[in-house]
Amino acid sequence: MAESRSEEVKLLGMWVSPFSRRIEIALTLKGVPYEFSEQDITNKSSLLLQLNPVHKMIPVLVHNGKPISESLVILEYIDDTWPNNPILPQDPYDRAMARFWAKFVDQQIYVAAMKMVGKIGEERDAAVEATRDLLKLLEKELVGKDFLGGTSLGFVDIVATLVAFWLMRTDEIIGVKIVPVEMFPEIHRWVKNLLQNDVVKNCIPPEDEHLKYIKARMDSLKIKSV
Amino acid sequence: MANEVILLDFWPSMFGMRTRIALREKGVEFEYREEDLRNKSPLLLQMNPIHKKIPVLIHNGKPVCESSIQVQYIDEVWSHKNPILPSDPYQRAQARFWADFIDKKVYDVSRKTWTTKGEELEAAKKELIEILKTLESELGDKPYFGGDEFGYVDIALIGFYTWFPAYEKFGNLSIESECPKLMVWVKKCLERETVAKSLPDPHKVTEFVAELRKRFGLE
Repeated sequence: MAESRSEEVKLLGMWVSPFSRRIEIALTLKGVPYEFSEQDITNKSSLLLQLNPVHKMIPVLVHNGKPISESLVILEYIDDTWPNNPILPQDPYDRAMARFWAKFVDQQIYVAAMKMVGKIGEERDAAVEATRDLLKLLEKELVGKDFLGGTSLGFVDIVATLVAFWLMRTDEIIGVKIVPVEMFPEIHRWVKNLLQNDVVKNCIPPEDEHLKYIKARMDSLKIKSV
Repeated sequence: MANEVILLDFWPSMFGMRTRIALREKGVEFEYREEDLRNKSPLLLQMNPIHKKIPVLIHNGKPVCESSIQVQYIDEVWSHKNPILPSDPYQRAQARFWADFIDKKVYDVSRKTWTTKGEELEAAKKELIEILKTLESELGDKPYFGGDEFGYVDIALIGFYTWFPAYEKFGNLSIESECPKLMVWVKKCLERETVAKSLPDPHKVTEFVAELRKRFGLE
């Protein structure tokens, strides 16, 4: 079955993008070989514009020449196309819950977290507070579970790597510990579980380089750590 | 197993309309409960504590929130008839992409056609027409977004039609003249009983929007 599917798979992405990395995790979990093409979104390639004319964003997965855009759509496509090591649960209700939480991470947590960028003082503190309120809901979801997907890594975990390895890496640099362990013990425990998974460990940006990159971006936005 | 299906909804909600259509497409008996959004029921607050929004689908006591998620859930549970999503993975991905596009783009921009004025309104009108034209171009010559069969993307978009007269009246624009092919698609969808039963009279929606504008002090 894997043989008949070993056609051309290409991923247009960025090494620092959580949306791109989640696709790499999914493809690697399924053992799907792919060609990665690093994109510069400040100078978009004609290939990217051709393959994603609507949003002009990464990631774009190209399977046998046919493009798919939007990371959550791509993840579901990967699960539909390569059914081994399923990412989404089988039961329709569980699938609905997984989709709900994935959307929550991307449309609530991510949006709130972005509001912290470039802010100082009271404005920053309010944005941090708002983000924490949302994270508390994720914290609740993890009680009694090894992963957001339950006993094993699933759709929501892959999506929520955004929290584990992007949001939580911004902690020190933004000048405030956004996700302190005393406030979020479950999330910290979950991050440790994620790091036990070789695929996740190898598919996320290397920490040192990542922190350097984040710091450089923050500096360029002239953030003061208060 | 007895199937108890309750839909917490609000009659002008283009999102609620999606779920109504999907349930009817599958022939599912359901209890429709009208919510007063200024006085939300304890059930709504209990079933959707995070967002406190309608529609909420309650199936055998378990809530499913978010209209796109509800439609997919309905398709997966009642898989015996009238498939909503295509069976081919690539076609499914395309359907999800376009429903996501509609979710991300249409509501926020269209809202500005009746809540803003001056330059902001002009910009919103332009953007809305662009968005609808993009959708029109995606539709192409096909009878429905999915091709020959009514499906996921049609369901995602059709409810917005009931708000078109309101956008046109308060925003001073004409969707019919800018997007004639889209209006052909609308008429075709309305021929479907499941759609006709699930959509309110656009005139009533316009009256409702006029009420909202008064309430928000926009008149």
